[in-house]
Amino acid sequence: MKTLPDLESSRALISPAEAMPPDRLRTLQDERLRAVVRRAYETVEVYRRKWDEAGVSPEDIHGVEDLPCLPFITKDDFREAYPFGMFSAPLAEIVEIHASSGTTGKPTVVGYTRADIEIWGEVMGRTLAAGGVTSNDIVQNSYGYGLFTGGLGAHYGASRIGAAVVPTSAGNTKRQLQVMEDFGTTALCCTPSYAIVLGETGREMGMNFEALPLRVGFHGAEPWSESMRQEIEKSLCIRALDIYGLSEVIGPGVAYECLAQSGLHIAEDHFFPEIINPTTLEHVPEGAHGELVFTTLTKTGLPLIRYRTRDITHFIPGQCECGRTLRRMAKVSGRTDDMLIIRGVNVFPSQIEQVLGAVEGTEPHYQLVIDRQPGRLDEVELWVEVSEDVISDEVRRMEALEMKILKELESMLGLSIKVRLVEPKSIARSEGKAKRIVDRRDLGI
Amino acid sequence: MKVSQITVFLENKKGRLAEVTEALARRGVNIRAASIADTIDYGLLRLIVSDPVQARQALAEAGFSASETEVLAVEVEDRPGGLASIIRCLADAGINIEYLYAFVGKSGEKAIVVLRSEDTERAREVLQKNNVTLLTGEQVHRL
Repeated sequence: MKTLPDLESSRALISPAEAMPPDRLRTLQDERLRAVVRRAYETVEVYRRKWDEAGVSPEDIHGVEDLPCLPFITKDDFREAYPFGMFSAPLAEIVEIHASSGTTGKPTVVGYTRADIEIWGEVMGRTLAAGGVTSNDIVQNSYGYGLFTGGLGAHYGASRIGAAVVPTSAGNTKRQLQVMEDFGTTALCCTPSYAIVLGETGREMGMNFEALPLRVGFHGAEPWSESMRQEIEKSLCIRALDIYGLSEVIGPGVAYECLAQSGLHIAEDHFFPEIINPTTLEHVPEGAHGELVFTTLTKTGLPLIRYRTRDITHFIPGQCECGRTLRRMAKVSGRTDDMLIIRGVNVFPSQIEQVLGAVEGTEPHYQLVIDRQPGRLDEVELWVEVSEDVISDEVRRMEALEMKILKELESMLGLSIKVRLVEPKSIARSEGKAKRIVDRRDLGI
Repeated sequence: MKVSQITVFLENKKGRLAEVTEALARRGVNIRAASIADTIDYGLLRLIVSDPVQARQALAEAGFSASETEVLAVEVEDRPGGLASIIRCLADAGINIEYLYAFVGKSGEKAIVVLRSEDTERAREVLQKNNVTLLTGEQVHRL
């Protein structure tokens, strides 16, 4: 049996910021909040307008206790400010720009200053260290490099702690496995569903993961369950850790598990979390489920003040046995909006409507069916009802229509979705309204 | 009157073809010729019927999506080479045929073939010039 890292590895690699006494952390958060609130008000129009309307000024905010008097912001504010309206630094100071899905067409754009990239490396470095990764490790980064923050975020973290990064990016599974075997990868960063694919494919290729030096995986960017964790751990012979992040806040590195695997430590010296009741918008009682809200305390490129993530979770009371004093959150258990995460890609039903609306003659009646077979990436099928206008007597024209929808979806979402034309009225309607999404994935959460 | 072909979109589900034909039967619509183009997930049922207007209504009421296209109905000598000679004149004129299928019945000693080309007007001209008999919509639907 190969030796897998245990809690001792997490304990040995705590940075001072992760083990601050609570009162010192609070003082630091209050101080940082006062500065970021001032900066946001002075440089970002949306904050100035919203706070003026609410009759609050930066002077009223003395510390995190005062956050509830500030209004929330959402993805819609990003859309209105598209592309750079949320930036708080001049473009000369912005060194990197990423984007994720918006609710309709326009993506959510985020900008980083040099200092933000440092912060990103720091929190993502902590994430890896919490799993026992050091400069002696070879980190294979199979998150996609590109506008998606997963790839570069994990890269900066691994770089920061001096590990050797192998930037394989996503896809090309056989080559990934070849690299893993030949280079002696010790740590793997990828989505949980891709970890399962790597395991399955590796076994088909005759690889013996028991004999490989690979020992820990950092998996996030999509929902996954405890049973998936067990499957990944067994299949790849590793410890599999959950990581949480979203590009608006910074990307991966916002919260991370240690080897105790009992909740995700929030990097709350940089990102202050609140959990609210999505209906009343009030704080939920300590430990209760609600929507996660973040305020970034240190970012200068794009400060977020009370950003509603739409992710549902709860705080885990007490302190972790690894010694980190940072507050822990539970694995995200759902969303308060209709966003879907498919193979790590954020998808809003409104985006699909937009594509169908643009493809001539397709009716807006559709259904998105998402399925996950064991050992496979999520399968997605878009069922589109055909209208009389598009029925052709020639198969090739029907196939061209399918292909057009597929290509448009691919270009908007970066996701390949199988398109299936179905008869009109064949999609079940409840109370006259079609059921748009059928999610058959058993996420067990 | 032109010859009108009705195309019905059918998912590959058990009983759908039966339901279409039954819906037409209930309206007293007779099927003169039929063909199916199939893919993995669905089929396109093409029909020449006795009464296209009634057929469209019957289909709509039964919840089927259908469209109409103009096709050519060509009389073909019922002997070896009958069809070949017709296709040859289209080929020589550079006109592609998308598909064709035969009628259930005959008109006298001749077979009837439904022909769909990429350019119906030119195909009509070429066939007429070569003395091929084309049936009118009235003739076909009343057959």
